[in-house]
Amino acid sequence: MLTRLHDLLLRAAHAEANRRSHLYPEIGGTELDDLCNQAADDAVVAVTRKLDGYRGASRFTTWAYGFVILEVSVKLRRHAWRQGRIPTADDDATWDRIAEERGSGLKRVEEADLLRALRRAVTHELTPRQKEVFVAVALNGVQIDVVADQLQSTRGAVYKVLHDARGKLRRRLEREGHLEPEGTR
Amino acid sequence: MSERDLVHRLLGTSGDDPGCDGAFALLAEYVEGELGDGDVEILLPGVAEHLRNCPACREDYEGVAALAAGRVAGDDPYAEQ
Repeated sequence: MLTRLHDLLLRAAHAEANRRSHLYPEIGGTELDDLCNQAADDAVVAVTRKLDGYRGASRFTTWAYGFVILEVSVKLRRHAWRQGRIPTADDDATWDRIAEERGSGLKRVEEADLLRALRRAVTHELTPRQKEVFVAVALNGVQIDVVADQLQSTRGAVYKVLHDARGKLRRRLEREGHLEPEGTR
Repeated sequence: MSERDLVHRLLGTSGDDPGCDGAFALLAEYVEGELGDGDVEILLPGVAEHLRNCPACREDYEGVAALAAGRVAGDDPYAEQ
């Protein structure tokens, strides 16, 4: 039973790594095989540990696929970023780049009222940890798994920090009249 | 993208989001509901909300959906059980 499960999850791991290969062209060959094997090993352990949580509301394979996809996903991202440092600076360069994402028109963040208000909110509303996560994930597009790895945390815990930070920022922008309260748009 | 759209993208949505762990627990049901033409936005709105806000879980969802649809993994050895 476990051998069969491992075979299934190993095939799934390779399929998923192949599906994402355009995102990680630098990882391949033996290194990728090792990564998939480790993902399948860890997924088998996770599936057997959490078997009580399987409620039969979906096929067993679909449920089990979730675990191996998560393992492949986390391992690929960590591997890709292991030499890098996550950008957490709440600086002019970051905000100028965000402002430029608006496309044509005004380029400097100083000229953009809403973005300026958002930057003020980031400075005044967020805790140091919330700011670190918001700047890395929302402003710089760093994957949550990578931030979780650097902070020795989990995807779920980092997402919670991000979610709470976004809520604080949204409420401040609503209070100041920059955004309409939810449900009124 | 307008400035307002950009800020909304940075802030995500504010609906009932169960977080990564909550969405993961229901991901298989969500995927199969979608494959079966179920209205998962109504049946599992929290998962749908989370997948809009969390790119990492969205990417994982796409992987599970591809496997469950048999588009990449081939035969399902458990299908007959």
